[in-house]
Amino acid sequence: MNTTLDRLSPGETATVTALDVEGPQRRRLMDLGILPGTRIRAERSSPLGDPTAYLVRGSLLVLRRNHAGRIHVDRHQG
Amino acid sequence: MSPTPSPPTTSACGTCALNNAANLRRLGVDPSGHDLVVALAGNPNTGKSTVFNALTGLRQHVGNWAGKTVDRAEGGFEYHERRYKLVDLPGTYSLLSTSEDEDIARDFLVFGRPDVTTVVVDATRLERDLNLVLQILQITTRVVVAVNLVDEARRHGITVDFRHLSRELGVPAVGMAARRGTGIEDLLDAVERVALSPTSFGGRRLIHRNRRLERAVSHLAERVARHVPGVTNPRWVALRLLEGDATLERAVAEGRLRELVADPAELRSETVPEEPDA
Repeated sequence: MNTTLDRLSPGETATVTALDVEGPQRRRLMDLGILPGTRIRAERSSPLGDPTAYLVRGSLLVLRRNHAGRIHVDRHQG
Repeated sequence: MSPTPSPPTTSACGTCALNNAANLRRLGVDPSGHDLVVALAGNPNTGKSTVFNALTGLRQHVGNWAGKTVDRAEGGFEYHERRYKLVDLPGTYSLLSTSEDEDIARDFLVFGRPDVTTVVVDATRLERDLNLVLQILQITTRVVVAVNLVDEARRHGITVDFRHLSRELGVPAVGMAARRGTGIEDLLDAVERVALSPTSFGGRRLIHRNRRLERAVSHLAERVARHVPGVTNPRWVALRLLEGDATLERAVAEGRLRELVADPAELRSETVPEEPDA
């Protein structure tokens, strides 16, 4: 199911389909390992729900909601 | 399923001949009269400074937080009667990013032209860390990949096939547990091999699986080299231009590319204030 990364609940996994970000921030996300085809799992959110920690390629990354909201993903079922 | 307990270590281990590379002479902070320059690069928190200390005998700068090595640290060592200057760079995820501390690493790797670049990667996060390795292989093939923290990886059930990795990358890949001093001799041998090879190592310059992209990069790099003779790393300049780097685009348009790469400080993020002269 297509959605954006910020809509995953902790424990849910998804595959990145597109990055709706341009310029240095796009580069940054790609350098941190977030590319189309990458599997991501939402790990846990801070008490206020932002930012959220994600597991990407074996390491934990913390993203703000406004960044996560621009990462399009295909949510895994089950 | 308890992990194998590691043998107890004592302070004697640090000076034990078996634990030390026999041909290594640590020169501490004295890199004077060096024959060769070796850069230590890697993602943050991969153990670069631990490797640095193991080779130079220094006890500096080891800590477990991001941005710890804010400037480059230099030290020296001697191996097989050759003197090496070792430059420990701040951790970086990319040669193409524009954050302040990563600029120091990038400037040195791209424009400082070290004789050998050792890229320290974390065996437990190999997939992510190889991004930087591939980026560095695009600008130089005089590279050794030091796969550190193999002891920790083993505890997580991860083993690394170094021969396969070497073959895939076209440059030596060695396993290390720098904290315990394991793998130092292998690293030194690989560094020496790359440093003394008369030609560029095999390395995979042609990384792009996408032929059109590779053609575009080569084509642009050639034009940059023709346009600005003597420019260091036209390939890196080409990659940066294709990504739409505004500073470089301006420099090309104004015919200032040569000045810019001669003094890469200007490439640093525009938001960063000028550093006062030291």
